[in-house]
Amino acid sequence: MSDDIKYLPGHEPHPRETRRIFRNIYRVGYDTSIKCFIKDGGYETLKKALTMEPAEVIAEVKKSGLRGRGGAGFPTGVKWTFIPRGNTKPVYLVCNCDESEPGTFKDRYIVHQDPHQLIEGMIIACYAVQAHFAVIYMREEFPEAANIMKKALAEAEKKGFLGKDILGSGFDLKIILHRGAGAYICGEETGLINSIEGLRPYPRIKPPFFPAAIGLYGCPTIVNNVESLCQVRQVLMRGGEAYAAEGAQRSPGTRIIGVSGDVKRPGVYEIISGSLTYGEMLNEVCGGPRRGRTFKAIIPGGASAKVMRCDEVLKGRNPDGSVRKMSIFDVPMDLDSIAQHGSMSGSGGVIVMDDSRSMPKVLNNLNRFFAWESCGQCSPCREGNPWMLKLSTRICEGKGSPEDVDLLKSVADNICGRTVCAFGEACSWPTQAFTTKFREEFLALTKPINALKPHSAEAAEARKFLTRDDEA
Amino acid sequence: MSEPTNAIDAITTPIPSPGEQHFPKFEVTPKLVKEAQELVDQYPEGKEQSAVLPIIHLVQERFGYVCPEAMPWIAEMCKSTPIHVAGIVTFYPGIHRSCPGKYHFRVCRGIACALSDGEALVPYICEKIGVDPAALTDEEPMGVSPDGLFSVEAVECLANCGFGPNMLVNDTLYSQVTPKIVDKVIADLKKQK
Amino acid sequence: MSTQPAILPKDAAAAEGKVNVQINGKWYRFPKGMRIADACNSVGVHVPCFCYHPKLSVAGSCRMCLVEQGMPPRLAPGATPTYNEDGYQSISWMPRAVIACANTVAENMGIRTDGKLCAEARRGVLEFLLSNHPLDCPICDQAGECKLQEYTADYGSGTHRFTEAKTKKGKNISIGPRVNLDQERCVLCRRCVRFMKEIVGEEVLGVVGRGTHNAIACYPGKALDSNYSMNVVDICPVGAMTSKDFRFKMRVWFLKSTPTIDVTNGTGTNINLWTREQQVYRITPRQNDEVNSCWMPDDARLAYKYINAPERLLTPLVRTDAGAPQRPSTWDAAIGLVVEQLHKCAPSELAMIASARMTNEELYMVRALAKQLGITKLDIVPRSCEPDNMLKSADANPNSVGAKLVLGKSGSGLATIRRGVRNGSIRFLIALGEDLTAPEAGFTKDDLAGLDYLLCVSHSANDTTRAADVVLPGVTFAEKYGTMINVTGRIQRLNKAIEPLGEARADWGIYRSISEALGCDCVTVIACPSPMMVLEQMAEEFEPMKGLSWGSIGNEGKAIIDTGVSIPLIEREQAKK
Repeated sequence: MSDDIKYLPGHEPHPRETRRIFRNIYRVGYDTSIKCFIKDGGYETLKKALTMEPAEVIAEVKKSGLRGRGGAGFPTGVKWTFIPRGNTKPVYLVCNCDESEPGTFKDRYIVHQDPHQLIEGMIIACYAVQAHFAVIYMREEFPEAANIMKKALAEAEKKGFLGKDILGSGFDLKIILHRGAGAYICGEETGLINSIEGLRPYPRIKPPFFPAAIGLYGCPTIVNNVESLCQVRQVLMRGGEAYAAEGAQRSPGTRIIGVSGDVKRPGVYEIISGSLTYGEMLNEVCGGPRRGRTFKAIIPGGASAKVMRCDEVLKGRNPDGSVRKMSIFDVPMDLDSIAQHGSMSGSGGVIVMDDSRSMPKVLNNLNRFFAWESCGQCSPCREGNPWMLKLSTRICEGKGSPEDVDLLKSVADNICGRTVCAFGEACSWPTQAFTTKFREEFLALTKPINALKPHSAEAAEARKFLTRDDEA
Repeated sequence: MSEPTNAIDAITTPIPSPGEQHFPKFEVTPKLVKEAQELVDQYPEGKEQSAVLPIIHLVQERFGYVCPEAMPWIAEMCKSTPIHVAGIVTFYPGIHRSCPGKYHFRVCRGIACALSDGEALVPYICEKIGVDPAALTDEEPMGVSPDGLFSVEAVECLANCGFGPNMLVNDTLYSQVTPKIVDKVIADLKKQK
Repeated sequence: MSTQPAILPKDAAAAEGKVNVQINGKWYRFPKGMRIADACNSVGVHVPCFCYHPKLSVAGSCRMCLVEQGMPPRLAPGATPTYNEDGYQSISWMPRAVIACANTVAENMGIRTDGKLCAEARRGVLEFLLSNHPLDCPICDQAGECKLQEYTADYGSGTHRFTEAKTKKGKNISIGPRVNLDQERCVLCRRCVRFMKEIVGEEVLGVVGRGTHNAIACYPGKALDSNYSMNVVDICPVGAMTSKDFRFKMRVWFLKSTPTIDVTNGTGTNINLWTREQQVYRITPRQNDEVNSCWMPDDARLAYKYINAPERLLTPLVRTDAGAPQRPSTWDAAIGLVVEQLHKCAPSELAMIASARMTNEELYMVRALAKQLGITKLDIVPRSCEPDNMLKSADANPNSVGAKLVLGKSGSGLATIRRGVRNGSIRFLIALGEDLTAPEAGFTKDDLAGLDYLLCVSHSANDTTRAADVVLPGVTFAEKYGTMINVTGRIQRLNKAIEPLGEARADWGIYRSISEALGCDCVTVIACPSPMMVLEQMAEEFEPMKGLSWGSIGNEGKAIIDTGVSIPLIEREQAKK
């Protein structure tokens, strides 16, 4: 069927890509109107889903093995079944379109170019969990997408895909668009829920606030990523078993990978999960490093994933159980493989750095991001992130001592695992990985502590004790 | 316009900006109330507070920024309290407490854009529009040109990492921005004026 | 396993609705649903907390209460659990610490607070909290009762590694008529925010800014002016919220706290009275879940200034000739004079006004004195106030129920006495513990000037004492032992925090001395050595007090009468449970 699809010049899919979610991205003659979408077979899957029982839809999604695409990779169908049995409260569904993890830029295309795909996926998901009110939480930095989405929602309602008694099924659904205002923490599902409730988007403590049990307005709430909801549509379109049969066994289906940084052809690519290795992706699909450069490091799953050295020797397991040496380039791009090597595949944002880059500088950029985005609710993250930023800035400016590198790592260790939400891990992993794996680069920027000028009143005070012996 | 005497008074102390000349002054009109009420009505009954962010967006869209006088009104519209609204307004970097220029440049400083030399863009734009880059701090990340036409602000990831550096001018995204593109955008906008 | 006990501990615990929890190696039993922090603290294993407060919703944000937690290993499908010889399952410990304030106990759960994981977590969190803290303990009022200071001493590292510039925030900001805020000292536990929202129902405090710039604030023009505002000072674990009244007055470690009760209202709020030598410095609420929970109104908290005021009467005063000024006297001379004068008063022309601000013991002695004098015209001064639907009841007298029980009076006869004074049928008046010129009593200065004889017992000078022929100096609630019965019918103790000022004497003793001097021969009155013994006497005489003793009342009091009155805040709190 895809034979007759033409793409805009410069946006043609690479032969190793399989475009499902991205079928209509940069497609010639395709626009965001519902007419275009219906002509392309849109809302047919919804019709099919509405003939099924909600439990059957959930069963189908469970069977497909679909895993969330927001970063954590939790099985979507299983998440849906966490709504307490015998629940009498209303159920809500929230679409997380707060794409703000640096390095991730897949949802942008869906909401800008193919909004109805998402809406259809959402209606199916709402039907499955019997939610009658759903929210698309869209980040503020997508102003155009907000307008497109509003228009698309109005169109869908006009056509009877939203509102009362959808397509005569007796199912009612209202979807509204709620815009964020530039806060990374709103991508955390409970922070997002608080943001919708009009509270400060502080993540909630779990337990007891698991969204599927106590979410929006204290009711069971399912929070799914944009891509996950589009994948739900794919599952229903293709059937759960057929979906599960494709790609990596534990993370089937297609994945959208966004590659940024130092490659010849950065961009977004939709691939069958696990069908490519990082090496194939970067060298073949993305055209390899820039002229005269070599790859140095890869952040495989968005800014918070632990960085991988390209010359790192990883231990892979052969089918017969023996151990073989491999590198990051040999790791397949599914959800789990990279996790075995201490990093994560997250939301599929691959950031590549070549040998021209200073790793402390890269870390400093990330630390600034996390210090800026920390919501400040819990102590370790609120106080630890600015501290890490100050340390890494000082090291980059040549005002750090070798001890500061260890201190930096130690501060990250003190944040990790002690915070309210996963931001604590997200902000400490980069520092832990960078300072461990590129320690020599950090040390190269430092000076012995006695050669440094005090950088603050506190440091001057501390210096008195350090230099006492020299002066005597 | 007086210097705030303490951190509490600072919440409602107006921050003057040359951008104000290009936006209407905040005023509660029946039309504004009606639009705000529509936003409130989107949410389930008794959950008026959910509309706090949408109403803030409405105010910002109309008047350029959320001025101190707007906060009690917003609180009233969504059955909240002024301190709560102040807590929301001061939390989100996407909400301005002083007026931006007519054309607001938001330049991505995320890791991917930084890898494609995005960090040089903010100083460049500053120079072009006549803002002192040293005046941009965490507390006051935005600089407005003296004529109020342009303002610039470094923001976190705009989620278009493959094609950095990225820049959002009002609602329009510019990718793979070079100084040349900046020149052209500014020149075009000046012509439009 | 063959060695396991016949009845497993889990079944035994379940039978009483409890669960078994191992804390630092020892097994305990706790009710289901109890928070780990409460469970640990109840058995003497200290869990440090900043943001957790049992009366407020759980925030879980300070991360101070991280503990190591373990559960029985997850069973493979179809497997049955195995028990050791004590009947417990083995515990597999989790690699990550959990917060003790939000999580509840469960069967066979293990908690460790003495391990490396917990120690490191505490040390780390404290280091973070101190990194942007001004470290100004030497000039901070909270020093000595500061959680941050205490925990740092107990669990901190002792050195600091943060040498960067600190985040600057607002200092010494007045956020209300009685409270000051220092944003730099704040650990952002949000107890104050939650208190104002959840308990008082006025959302005047909030958090503004984000990340490291987060700060507690109120909206300009919407100050923290609730009559419960000073409770935020109590619950603030650090020196961020300070009381304007107490600021820089005294280091807390010099103060002695005495558990007693508030006497400005019928609720009888439980308080601690903080004193050094003979000076009272502050009042703070004392937890009593049947009376005032953990809170108290500001006006009651500040009602201590009169204790050390210059108006206090320190010696007996007598006026021997009409129109002459009062002059100081000795107790012996003054009481001799009183007896001589009272003998001259015809009982039919003599009236006595007592007070529902007296303790039961004082009222008992007042009754004896009235009986000795043959007085029939006796009543108290009723006093009412606007109830606030929180802790303040409509009755502004602290012991109306006691007055009703002991004297059988509730103020209805006061108008008759007033009329009698005005029409001349009452020529002699005894005013005990009341200023008759106060609006509630309704006498004018002229009324008092027209009397032939006025005897007054009071702790402070007022228009009544100035008009009196003899003034005997009594004491304030800070200087006496006694009991009072609050509006709900709960008897509670007052404890002496300071010795009577000057030559002032405890009121019950004054009445006893006069009765004795008047020739009272009732041993239960004249032989009574202490208010505690008066109480035991009353316990024999009054049905509701049956079996009471000073010791059995305890610091929390005892409900003895069902008045049908309840305290709104307590009602709400109990409904929440």
